[in-house]
Amino acid sequence: MFLTDEEKRMRDGAEGDAVAAAMDLLIRYGYALDAERLCDIRNVAGTMTQPSPVKARLVAEGGWDKAFAVINLDSDLDLTIPPMRVPTCQLQHGFGPDAVDIVPYPKANVELQSDAESFYGRHGVNILATCTPYQVGNLPLRGEHCAWMESSAVIYANSVLGARTNCEGVASTGAASLTGKVPCCGNHREENRRGTHLISVAGPTVESFQDWGMLGYFAGGVAGEDHPVIVGDTARPDLTELKHFGAAAATSGGVELYHIPGITPEAPTLEAAFGSGAAVPSPVVYGPAERRAMYETLNEIGTSADVDFVLLGCPHASVDQIKQAAALLDGKRLSAGTELWIMAPRALKVMADRSGYTAVIERAGGRVLADSCPAMSRAAPAGTRVFATDSAKQAHYLPAILGIEAWFGTLEECVAAAVTGRWNGGLR
Amino acid sequence: MLTLHGRLVVPGKVRGEALVSHEPISGWGGIDPARGVIIERRHELYGVCFTGKILVFPSAKGSSGWAGFFQTTRLSGTAPIGMIIGRISAKSALGAVVTRVPAVTDLDADPCAVIATGDWVLIDDSTVEVSKR
Repeated sequence: MFLTDEEKRMRDGAEGDAVAAAMDLLIRYGYALDAERLCDIRNVAGTMTQPSPVKARLVAEGGWDKAFAVINLDSDLDLTIPPMRVPTCQLQHGFGPDAVDIVPYPKANVELQSDAESFYGRHGVNILATCTPYQVGNLPLRGEHCAWMESSAVIYANSVLGARTNCEGVASTGAASLTGKVPCCGNHREENRRGTHLISVAGPTVESFQDWGMLGYFAGGVAGEDHPVIVGDTARPDLTELKHFGAAAATSGGVELYHIPGITPEAPTLEAAFGSGAAVPSPVVYGPAERRAMYETLNEIGTSADVDFVLLGCPHASVDQIKQAAALLDGKRLSAGTELWIMAPRALKVMADRSGYTAVIERAGGRVLADSCPAMSRAAPAGTRVFATDSAKQAHYLPAILGIEAWFGTLEECVAAAVTGRWNGGLR
Repeated sequence: MLTLHGRLVVPGKVRGEALVSHEPISGWGGIDPARGVIIERRHELYGVCFTGKILVFPSAKGSSGWAGFFQTTRLSGTAPIGMIIGRISAKSALGAVVTRVPAVTDLDADPCAVIATGDWVLIDDSTVEVSKR
């Protein structure tokens, strides 16, 4: 792999041992990817503060410097971590002090994370604490090279914003934050950003939040790690619908980039989506049968209709999603045995608080929670056996992570389940 | 014995029993790093332990926590001892690097088709030798 003089100096220790360790990881990683060179980035979205048993042990052994060295740089050396070289944010992590009496989440984790926030804040990490940095001010420009992790954020940045990032990991974002470098391959290169699979929607029209999620789950299955292009019978999507679509496509498959001709920025036309001169592949049809199959797959883990827990806000909710939930809950009361949590970025929770939505939701017995989610924190209301969600991603992951049953439906069905304690969903 | 040639991902030499997945593997939400077990309920290897095995899989899918979770298997003593990756991506490349086990990709035959669970496999840098069970 070609290294510039600056990169060689970093590798050789001119910027200190931690930067040298970061460059060593990037070189090993670039080699593994067969990258020709590194590229400059100045937007990192990674994770450092999220508590884990391994992290707690490392912090006890050698403080946060040790934890960052081992986990975020994959280094066994005794390092002192310098300030972040380029703008870096913390993605979603564990729950904070304000969730202590609501979420059954270990107090030791809350304390460990508060300690981490103070360490990393001093080192220049913006504690965004959301899986949707693009909802709270981190909006990379079209063509901007980034080092992001969080698969639902990566697919949004690449596809909707036209920024360029691979689906990085904990160690590569850690190394990028201290160097401003990442291997320049995959999605960073123009020639790798074209569509590979054509999916043609053949009714009913994909226009609801639920339908965008099911189409995303289908697209991930069809395209795997490649780039689906969506045409046909869809309404014009908004931010929340593409947030759901992308999260689902990055769950059933490893999709990091898709195009919707006429909607997403790198595909003004169908031809442009596949690159000029390239043949447009024959379409895979998404029709009523495929739609039903997605619905049934996402509901196959559910057997009991007694719902203990309703989870909304995956990826983290927009203010409009919180507002919609509040409107449905206004004047209602949750069933005695059922809890309802809406996960949101803290900055947007503050907006929901000011707008009065949180108060309406809390009067009904629900909660708006920031920073985390049940999947990240492995925490649900005590005794949860069956949960319902409007998120294809959570319906996929949470049964594996928490060993519970899942129902997947619309926001309205989820709120109705919270109020009645019973699942009464169905594909319409 | 079958010999395959590919591209080196992480250098090294290791010999062991193959565990073959025909489906892509999720890291975060797909494995329990404390036990080294696949926990995705819809997965063909649900409940199967990969500790001490040479993990053969077509690709990585899902969360960007992939590499971090496999790094945790190394730190927890539950890691696979080698990886044979059908098609590499950022997730699996970083995962192999931070798991610090010999790994290879871009082989001249589909490893998930020609290697079976239980086969005895040698990874020697970019070469893979397979002894059928």
